[in-house]
Amino acid sequence: MAGPQQMKRFYLGLGAIAVVGVGLIFIARARGNAGSIPTDAPVGVGAAFEGHIMGSDSAPVTVVEYADFECPACAQFAVLTAPDVRQRLIATGQVRWVFRDFPLDGHPFSMPAHHAAQCAGEQDKFFEMHDQLYFNQGRWVVDRRPQSRFRDYAKAIGLDMKRYDDCMSSGRYLPRLAREREDAIAAGVSQTPTFDIGGQRVSGALMYDNFRKYVDQAAAAAAAKSQ
Amino acid sequence: MVSAALALVGLLLSMYLWLYKIGALGALACGDGACEQVQLSPYAQILGVPVALLGVVGYSAIFMIALLGIQPRLVGARWPTDVLLVLAAGGVAFSAYLTYLEAAVIHAWCRWCIGSAAIIVALFGVVIAGRVRWRVSS
Repeated sequence: MAGPQQMKRFYLGLGAIAVVGVGLIFIARARGNAGSIPTDAPVGVGAAFEGHIMGSDSAPVTVVEYADFECPACAQFAVLTAPDVRQRLIATGQVRWVFRDFPLDGHPFSMPAHHAAQCAGEQDKFFEMHDQLYFNQGRWVVDRRPQSRFRDYAKAIGLDMKRYDDCMSSGRYLPRLAREREDAIAAGVSQTPTFDIGGQRVSGALMYDNFRKYVDQAAAAAAAKSQ
Repeated sequence: MVSAALALVGLLLSMYLWLYKIGALGALACGDGACEQVQLSPYAQILGVPVALLGVVGYSAIFMIALLGIQPRLVGARWPTDVLLVLAAGGVAFSAYLTYLEAAVIHAWCRWCIGSAAIIVALFGVVIAGRVRWRVSS
């Protein structure tokens, strides 16, 4: 059995470990905050977030897309249909687009991918990163370290890399993304991509012509309502 | 004594990861982004509870039992060592599962998680040695 003197030394040793450990955590905290963007972190806790928006606020039809960056059908829509939607419907003022993050459970790289897009969004380049992630999805989903690829995409779209790195290492959008996922589930969204087109809900990687029909129906309903 | 010291180091390490997880730390000192990849993955929480918080709770329990076990009135008692053995074995099994996830599913190595796994394995070894010593002496 240890004597009183030995026990005293032991407790002093434990105290020293605790003081050093807590001190190191405080130093890490100070360094982490010094390198980050001056914003309220974590982002989105208690604040309303309506999604990433593209197009005119006065467009007659609003389309809300719930999507996951690791979902193949979402990538198919982004690659095959979205360019036409942007050019023919959004750019012409017919549609206002709202992208809602829905990182699915079971997709190991989905959350980091969505987080990378939020970090690009801080520099007003969410949709540029969105495109990089979807157009290159086939590459990064099979990568062992997709985070370095996300960084390459961030460089390619011209982000300030210091700000991007700080954002990624802070993980500050994690709470908001988790809440976005809960909101989508609460809204009854059960698969991706899902679109609310002027109040009508459709799912799947729709082709442009099919998508256009839903938009036209929504526009006609909106026009009838306003008369 | 050694098990209490190891548990305290594990507790501080888990607390660091948990503080990051809840957004109280600006950034994780990791270097290559692998820690963030692990911490941002869906496997960083179980039923909504952050894995790091489970570590805080587990190491706290081990730390307290280890401190209890060296109190003069409990020296020679078998139960603190047995409880420590069960807790450390559970910790080793859980760490093995998390290490498997890092290697085979997430494909990223979080050095802090590896550190925690090393601590719990060392702690398990120390507790087994203590248990064997208790058996021999009794």
